[in-house]
Amino acid sequence: MAALLELENVRARYGPVQALHGVSLEVDEGQIVAVLGANGAGKTTTLRAISNSVRREGSIRFAGKSVGRGGPDDVARLGIAHVPEGRGTFAELTVWENLRLGAYTRRGSIKDDLARVSAHFPWIDERRDQQSGTLSGGEQQMLALARALMQRPRLLLLDEPSLGLAPKLVTEIFRIIKDLNDVEGLTVLVVEQNAHIALQLAQKAYVLEVGRVALSGPSTELQQHESVRRSYLGY
Amino acid sequence: MSALARKLGVVAQRRKSTVGAGVSLPIVGALVAVAIFLVVGSLSSSIFAQQTVAGLAQGAVFGSLALALVLIYRATEVINFAQGEMGMAMTYVGYQLTLWGLSYWLAFTLTLAIAFVFGVVVQLTVIRPVQHRSVIAVVIVTVGLFILTDGIVTWIWGADLKFMAAPFGNQVYHAGSVAFARQDLGVLLVSILSVILLWVLFQFTKLGLAMRAAALRPAAAALVGIRVNWMLAIGWGLASVLGAVAGLMTEPTQFLQPTMMQAILIYAFAAAVLGGLESPAGAVIGGVLLGVFLNLVGQYVHFVTSELRLPAAFAVLLIVLVVKPTGLLGRTQVRRV
Repeated sequence: MAALLELENVRARYGPVQALHGVSLEVDEGQIVAVLGANGAGKTTTLRAISNSVRREGSIRFAGKSVGRGGPDDVARLGIAHVPEGRGTFAELTVWENLRLGAYTRRGSIKDDLARVSAHFPWIDERRDQQSGTLSGGEQQMLALARALMQRPRLLLLDEPSLGLAPKLVTEIFRIIKDLNDVEGLTVLVVEQNAHIALQLAQKAYVLEVGRVALSGPSTELQQHESVRRSYLGY
Repeated sequence: MSALARKLGVVAQRRKSTVGAGVSLPIVGALVAVAIFLVVGSLSSSIFAQQTVAGLAQGAVFGSLALALVLIYRATEVINFAQGEMGMAMTYVGYQLTLWGLSYWLAFTLTLAIAFVFGVVVQLTVIRPVQHRSVIAVVIVTVGLFILTDGIVTWIWGADLKFMAAPFGNQVYHAGSVAFARQDLGVLLVSILSVILLWVLFQFTKLGLAMRAAALRPAAAALVGIRVNWMLAIGWGLASVLGAVAGLMTEPTQFLQPTMMQAILIYAFAAAVLGGLESPAGAVIGGVLLGVFLNLVGQYVHFVTSELRLPAAFAVLLIVLVVKPTGLLGRTQVRRV
C-alpha cells in the first residue's frame, strides 16, 4: 500500500538560504510520525513545503496524487490541516468564529464537528464567545488543534505543539493527539523539539540535520539510538 | 529555568493585555453625552433641530465613504485616495442609466452592481500587481487612479454641471415649528441602510467571516482554505459600492461634476481618523459626528462661513492625530512578531 503522504527529494530556500537539501519521508495512513531536529534543521520548512507555504522543488504526493503548485488554500482543500508555528489562530476573532473558519471549505451543517470538538475539549463550549486572543497559551494551542479538526482533515500537520507551554499542558495536548489517532485513526505529522515526548507519541520518526534526513526509523529504535540519545534526549 | 518561565509568563500577559476589548468607558460616556446634547438642543430650538438632521444626513454620507476607506485600510493598510473619484465615476454611470430611460431607483440598484464589478476589476488589474511591493507603491497607484478616473469622466461627460432627477423629491415635513427636508431624511436612510447591510454581511455570514479573517491574518486564512486574493478583491468591490452610495447621495446637494467627491473624501478621511482608522463602526460614528459638528458650528459660530468648513474638518483631523491618534474606537495596534 502506498503511503498517504510521500516526500521525495524536497528542496526549499528562503532567498539565498537553502533550508531543505532534499528531504524524503513517508507517512502511512493512521500513523503518527514525528520530525525531530535542532533549531534551523528544517523541521518547520518541511511542513511549510507540504502546505505550499514556501516555494519548493521535488515531489510531494498526497493520497496517490501529486500536490500541485497552487497556494496553501489549495492544499487545505485536499484535506491537509496545517497548524503552523505560533498556532495560526485569529486572536481578534471569537473562539466560535475560529472554529467556523476551520470548517470554511465545507458546505452544510457543522453541528457534528462542533460536538466532536467539544468532546475532546470540553471547555470550548462555555467559551464560544470569548475573544480567542484572551485565552491562555495552552487554550490557544488547543483551539488551534480544534480548528484543524473542524477541517475534517485526512492529514494533520502540527508545528511544535509544545512550544512555550508548561509541562503539564504539553502532556495534556499530546494525550489528545494520541486519542485522536487511537480512536479516529487520524494521521498526524508532528514537528517537535521535545524529542522525548515526541518519540513516545509517534510510531515513526525522522531526525533532520541541516535540511537533510540524518536518521529515520521506528520510534522505539530511535529511542535506543546512541546519537539520538545523546543529542536530543540528553542521557 | 524559573527565570525562563517568568519571562514566558510576562510575554503571555503582555499578549493578553494588548488584545483587550475595544471601546473604553469614557468614550462611550462622551458619545452618550453628545447624543443627549443633540436631543435636548433639538427639542429646545427648531433651527438646531433642522441643522442637526441635515448634519446627520451629510454625516451619514461621510460615514459611508469613510467606511469604504476603512474596509480597504484594514485589508491592505493603504488609504485608497481614489475612493471618492471611483464613487464619482459610478454616479456618472447612474446618471447615464437614467438618461437611457431607467427610473432612478432601478438605475441606483444597477449602478451598485456595476460599482461592485468595477471595484473587483480595479483590485485585480491595478492593485494586485503592486500589492506585494510596498505600501507606498499602492498609495501611488491609488493617486494615479484618482487622476485617471477624473480624466476619463471629464473626457466622456465633460466638466460642466449636470443634474439627475431628485430621488426623494423636494417636499418638506413639518413637525411643530421644525421643518425637515425629505431629501435629508432619504439620504440618511439610504446611507445608514447600506452600512447596516454591510455590517450584517461581515458579522453574520460565512463570506463576511472569511473576509475578516483574510484581512486580519492572510497566511492563517489561506491555511484553512480561504481564497485570500479573492477576499481582497471582493473587499474592493464592496468598498466601491459604498463609494457609489456616497456619490449618489451627494449628487442631490452637490450635483454632478467631476470634482463633486473631492471635498467629501477629505471629510471622510477626517471621519475615519476620528473614529480610528481600523474601526468600521468608528468610521460611521466619526462621519455622523463630523457632519453634525460642521453644520452646528456653521450655524452658531459666526466666523465659520462655508469657506471654513473644510479647514474645520482639517482641524478635527489634526486634533485627533495629536491628542488621540487611535481615534474614538481604534485601539493600539496588535502585532505579533
